[in-house]
Amino acid sequence: MNTQTATNPAVGDAALSARPEWLDGLWLIVPTLLIVIGMMVVPLVGIVVVSFWTQTGFNIEATWTLDNYRVLFTPEGALYRILIVKSLWMSLTATIAVVLLAYPMAYFMAFRIERAKLIWIILLTVPFWTSYLLRIFAWKVILGFNGVINSGLKAVGLIDKPLEFLLYNPTSVTITLAHAWAAYAVLPIYVSLEKIDRSYLEAATDLGDSKWKRFWRITFPLSLPGTIAAILLVFIPTVGDYITPTLVGGTSGIMIGNSIVTQFGKANNAPLGAALSCIMMLAITLAVCAFLAAIGRKRLKAADL
Amino acid sequence: METIRKHLNLLSLFAVLYLAFLYVPVLLLPLFSFNDNIYVTLPFKGFTLKWYSNLLANSGLQSALWASVKVGVGVAVFSTFLGLLAARAMTRYRLPFRRSLYALIMLPLVIPYMVIGVSTLVILRRGFDMDLSLWTVGASHVLITVPLSMLVLMARMEGFDRSLEEASRDLGDTAWRSFRRVTLPLVMPGIVSSLLLCFITSFDEYLLAFFLAGSEATLPIFIFSSLRFPSKIPDVLALGSLILMVSIVLVVFAEWLRRRGVSGSDSSVI
Repeated sequence: MNTQTATNPAVGDAALSARPEWLDGLWLIVPTLLIVIGMMVVPLVGIVVVSFWTQTGFNIEATWTLDNYRVLFTPEGALYRILIVKSLWMSLTATIAVVLLAYPMAYFMAFRIERAKLIWIILLTVPFWTSYLLRIFAWKVILGFNGVINSGLKAVGLIDKPLEFLLYNPTSVTITLAHAWAAYAVLPIYVSLEKIDRSYLEAATDLGDSKWKRFWRITFPLSLPGTIAAILLVFIPTVGDYITPTLVGGTSGIMIGNSIVTQFGKANNAPLGAALSCIMMLAITLAVCAFLAAIGRKRLKAADL
Repeated sequence: METIRKHLNLLSLFAVLYLAFLYVPVLLLPLFSFNDNIYVTLPFKGFTLKWYSNLLANSGLQSALWASVKVGVGVAVFSTFLGLLAARAMTRYRLPFRRSLYALIMLPLVIPYMVIGVSTLVILRRGFDMDLSLWTVGASHVLITVPLSMLVLMARMEGFDRSLEEASRDLGDTAWRSFRRVTLPLVMPGIVSSLLLCFITSFDEYLLAFFLAGSEATLPIFIFSSLRFPSKIPDVLALGSLILMVSIVLVVFAEWLRRRGVSGSDSSVI
C-alpha cells in the first residue's frame, strides 16, 4: 500500500501524512454507497427471503417453503410461465424494433449532419419531455376504437366499421414501447458512432473497400458498444413494464409485471409476488448473459461499459 | 456521384420520417387539449380553453403537481450532491475495488423498477413497519437518479486538466478552496445537467411512486388514475401540454445559457 502511494508522484501531501490518499476518496463515496445498500441491496435480500415464506390469510409467516417456486411447475402455474415467456418475447421484439429504427437515425446524425448536431439531439429528446404516461396514452388515442386511425380511415371511406385489432394486443404494446424508448437507443448508438476516428473510414476507402464493406468492417464493429448498451437499456426495463401493457395491452397484452402487481394488491400474496419478481430478474439476467455470450467475450471486452 | 446523392436522400428521408414517428403521437396531446369534446376522439369539435381554466379549480391535480415538484427538487439536489462526491471519488482517487464500487452504484439502472419497487415496499412495510409517504418515494428516486448524476459528472470531470487544480494547491489554496474555486466552476455545466436529468426522472416516475407513495399522490399517480375516467382526461392533457411547453422553454434556455457560457469563458477548458 505504501509502495503504491510512494510511486505515485501526484500524491504529494498524502505521502507526508501516514494516511493513504484513497481514504479521502472513500469518504466521498460512502454516502452514495449507504443509499445503494440501504435502498437496493437490503430490499433485494429481503425480497429473496420473503419469496421463500408463506402467506396465510392476511399475514406473512416466516415458515420456509419452496411452494412459491414450485407452483410454477404445476398446471395452475401455467399462467405465470406463459407470462414470463411472453414478457421476454414482447420486450425482445420491441428492443429489436427500437434498435433497428434507431440505428439509421443515429448514423444520420453522426455522419450526415455536419453543423448544428446539437439541434438534432434536442429535436430528438424533446418528445421525451412529456410524461411517459401521456406518451403511452397518445397511442391509445391513435389506435383506439374511435381513435385517429379509425376515424381517419372512416372519414376517407376505406372502412365503415372501426378496426378492432389495432389496440389491446401484444403488437400494440410492442409499437408503443418502440416509440417510448426510442431516445434510449438513438443516443448511445450516436455517441459510439460519433467517436469513430474518421481516418479509419478514409483508410478503408483508400484501400478499396466499397461503402457497404466499409460499414460492416469498420463502422458497425466500432459502433457495437453503443448498440449493445442500447439493447440492454431498452430490453431490461421493458420486461418488467407495467404501464404500457396496462394501458394499451388489454387482456391479451398483459405482461409479468401486471401479475406481480396483482399479487401485491388484489391477490394479497406477497411471497408469491416476491417469487415472481425473483424469477423475472433471473430470467432477465439469463437472457442478458446469453446475449452477451453470443456476442463473444472479445467483443465484450471492447464494449466494456 | 449519383448513387451517393441517392443514398443521402434515402437516409435523410428516413430521418425525417423517424422524427415524425416520434413527434406525431406527442403533438396529438396539445392538439386534443384545445378540443371542445370531453372524449379524446376525432373529429375535432371546436376550439376551447376550458380545460386549461379547469386546471385552476382542480385541487387534486394541483396537490399532485406540488407533491411531484417537491420530491423532484429534493431528489435532484440530493442526488446531484451525492453524485458530485461520488464522481470526484471515482475520478480523482485511486480507490480500492473501484470497478466493483462503480458497478454497484450503477446497478439500479439495470434492475427493473418493478423489482426495486416491490422489494422496497416489502422491506419498509414488513421489515421496518414504516409508513409510506413522499419521503419513501424520494428515497427510492435518489437510488435511481444517483447513478445518472454520477455518470454525467464523471464524464465532465474526466475531461479536465488536473494541473489546474494542482496549480491552485501550489499557490496555497486549501483542498476545499481549490475545489470550490477551480473544480466547481469547471464542473458547473455537469451539475446543471445532472439537476435537470434527476428532476425530470423523478418527476416522471410512476412505478416506484405507485408502490411507495402512501396516501399522497404524485403527479404520475394522479395522471394514471385519471386515464381510467374519460371525463378527467382533458384536464390531464391540458396539464401535460403545459409541462411540455415549459420543458421546451427550459431546454432552449439552458442551451442558450450554455452557449453564452462557452463563448464567455476560456475555450481551452471546455
